[in-house]
Amino acid sequence: MQELKFKPKSKIREFLGEKFITLNAFIALLAILLIFVFIFKEAIPIFTDEEIKQEASLDKMTFKQVYYEGREAKFSWQPNSEVPKYSLYPLFLGTIKAAIVAMLFAVPLGVGAAVYSSEFASRRVRELIKPVIETLAAIPSVVLGFFALIVLATIMQNAFGLVFRLNTFVAGVALGLAVIPIVFTVAEDAMTTVPRSLREAAIALGANPWQVSLTMVLPAALPGIAAGVVLGFGRAIGETMIVLMASGNAAIISASFLDSARTFSATIAAELAEVVFGSAHYSVLFFIGALLFIFTFAVNLSGDMILVKLKERMQGKTK
Amino acid sequence: MINTTTTETAAPVAPAHELKFKPKSSGYIPKGLTLVAVIIIITMLAFIMGNIIVGGAGTISLEFLTHPPENGMEEGGIFPAIFGTVFLVIIMVIAVVPIGVLTAVYLQEYTRPDSRMTRLIRVAVNNLAGVPAIVFGLFGLGFFIGFVGGGIDKVFFESEGPVWGQPAILWAALTLALLTLPVVIVSTEEALRTIPSELKEASYALGATKLQTIRRIIIPQSMPGILTGSILAVGRGAGEVAPIMFTGAAYYLPYLPSKLNDQFMELGYHIYVMATQSPDVEKTKPILYGTVLVLLLLTFLLNLVAILIRSSMRKRRANV
Repeated sequence: MQELKFKPKSKIREFLGEKFITLNAFIALLAILLIFVFIFKEAIPIFTDEEIKQEASLDKMTFKQVYYEGREAKFSWQPNSEVPKYSLYPLFLGTIKAAIVAMLFAVPLGVGAAVYSSEFASRRVRELIKPVIETLAAIPSVVLGFFALIVLATIMQNAFGLVFRLNTFVAGVALGLAVIPIVFTVAEDAMTTVPRSLREAAIALGANPWQVSLTMVLPAALPGIAAGVVLGFGRAIGETMIVLMASGNAAIISASFLDSARTFSATIAAELAEVVFGSAHYSVLFFIGALLFIFTFAVNLSGDMILVKLKERMQGKTK
Repeated sequence: MINTTTTETAAPVAPAHELKFKPKSSGYIPKGLTLVAVIIIITMLAFIMGNIIVGGAGTISLEFLTHPPENGMEEGGIFPAIFGTVFLVIIMVIAVVPIGVLTAVYLQEYTRPDSRMTRLIRVAVNNLAGVPAIVFGLFGLGFFIGFVGGGIDKVFFESEGPVWGQPAILWAALTLALLTLPVVIVSTEEALRTIPSELKEASYALGATKLQTIRRIIIPQSMPGILTGSILAVGRGAGEVAPIMFTGAAYYLPYLPSKLNDQFMELGYHIYVMATQSPDVEKTKPILYGTVLVLLLLTFLLNLVAILIRSSMRKRRANV
């Protein structure tokens, strides 16, 4: 008896242990809630504080404003000028433009590589591709930002004779490098979970390997590939250091991808350090943070939902 | 039942000319196009790595790694940034690993996988992983510095001005801990799933309670996974700049951080500062490249170790 390793312990200890573990599990949930509460708490004065509303109401952030008498109304982001201007439109435009470039660059490469890896590559080649993508994913975004700023911008300026060395295009390409691993991983996962039976059925019907891929596997895995694109887009919108370093940070309204641009995330990063605690500018930056948070939350939730549904369908659990 | 299935399988076979797949066409075009995508990615990665290694290899020396920056960061080394980064991730690991491991234990051992609570926590973990780094920075400023730190100051240090309610290494580390929490949870869960149920059953059969089983069997058995998760978290945390910009990182400090409420220098932030704020980028370039190479080597080394541990873990699982 006395050699038993496990001595019967008190029930209280067991009970407390279980409660402690349970409590810990709620920290992730609590963190999401706290992020939500504290970002919004600092943004709320925009809607409630009369003084701040004078400077930056929701109205002023979304619509064209006449800033100087006699001049035409326009969108402008100049929070530090004598007449502070808080139009979010230039930032929105910059964010979307950079994300578009990133997606145009990353989706074909990410999906293409995923198709090759899951459908055409031999086992050996696949074992080479995966670590390469993992390595790309492991590069810190500040390093990608550095590379875009110091190397890529110069190469592109010399190659295309660009007016602005730092522009939306350069930032978008570097951003794409950060998005590729997300698109690749999710898309590849989706394709490898396509059941063998489906492939075998297509082969039995006389399809050769690439026809199996294109007419059977790809359509079946399409929701998963879409989820990869959605999650990648979320990353492209939220990523900070790359656009902060490589986009040129000019909050201008321009349709050209060769002009500088300023994104939501870069605006927070560049301006928060110098802002007066509790000022209109401070609240607006938190409001931008709240927008980013809501957007990425929605994107991640929908991406996850697509993947869960796809997994259920692949396992034959259709409801 | 039987009848319906037989009628389905007995459906008329399409005549040959209606077959969607023509047997003759070869698959060179799709195969070639997707291969091009792979080659482009590999080439870009090789170019980035090559550029950084060639640019930075000449700078790295023992002196570079052990001396502080001098002359407006145009000369000297990066020791304070390395020290700050290590200090930062140590605090982060102390905070994140216990919470992440216990959360994983809860998800795997205490609840059914389809229960509402498990799903809710999983959604939270997934979403936490997708929150932009800069939003974590805002949160760290609003919650840790403003609310927690400011609260402590109000209660204990009213007359002294900000003691905790200011950017500090503790707040930066806690912000990073939240950001890396999903990494630790996911990795530990993977390890927990590999533990054979016979081990647990044997433990229960010997009269052990659940808590004893967790402490003596489950946690020790999943150690490789916990280690992998911790290392990946460190690799991720060491490279993130956006969350620490407002919560504790400093441009330049003449001293090393020694207390939890000190500010600190950090490798990633140092790179950002040198690349964007330097008056003469050409002069700082060698040091800049050297710093980037150090950070990159650090993250890759950590990831490599994590991958090796993970693959040996998977092999062990395959042998069971």
